[in-house]
Amino acid sequence: MKEIKKQGGLNAEIQSRIGHQLRAMYDDVVRQGVPDRFAELIRKLDGPEAAAAAVAGGDTDKNNGGD
Amino acid sequence: MPLTNELRDDILASVPSLRAFAISLSGNGDRADDLVQETLLRAIANIDSFQPGSNLPAWLFTILRNLFRSDYRKRRREVEDAEGNYAKTLKSQPSQAAHLEFEEFRAALDKLPQDQREALILVGASGFSYEDAAAICGCAVGTIKSRVNRARSKLSALLYVDSAEDFGPDNTVRAVIGGNGG
Repeated sequence: MKEIKKQGGLNAEIQSRIGHQLRAMYDDVVRQGVPDRFAELIRKLDGPEAAAAAVAGGDTDKNNGGD
Repeated sequence: MPLTNELRDDILASVPSLRAFAISLSGNGDRADDLVQETLLRAIANIDSFQPGSNLPAWLFTILRNLFRSDYRKRRREVEDAEGNYAKTLKSQPSQAAHLEFEEFRAALDKLPQDQREALILVGASGFSYEDAAAICGCAVGTIKSRVNRARSKLSALLYVDSAEDFGPDNTVRAVIGGNGG
């Protein structure tokens, strides 16, 4: 790690490249917007009770059997 | 706080970045969307505990991050299988060269310890302040700063350490990954 720091300018260039790649990866997903399933999910939930019931239902569905 | 229509809209507006965070953490689009769904359900189930005027995205990210971490222990095997799946979640396929570079970046990111990876993503991609990232991860601001710095150093080492010499970054990454099996 120390060797990289010594390279100074190169390190700054590498850091900028890493930042760019990280944001490119992330923003590609952000640009996909809101998938319909989530818009519908939030629209149809009346409130906390309905959501809590859905959480409980989901837990039952993917019952892991305890590990 | 009650679930007003305004709050619903605000939650929905956070979905794109929640998905990006989930995919960055898990490397797997399907699992990421399951995580987002679970996050939304739990957020709405516990909406009474959300403080009006506080940072809604940070609150949602905290829920997702905690779900991921508890889920991660159960599914470690699937996470190891995730490499390469990320590209399938992209709408527009990048060019061959860009794709290769992207896969290498993704592979290097997956090599980071989880603490460092999430800190780097929150600060470097989601755009949270160090303070918000610390709140999301439940640790001190200084800890987040040091995790981000270590993550950047490690990514540099994985991706570019020999780039000034004879090896291109491609060879470097393969050598690092290949030599890491034991």
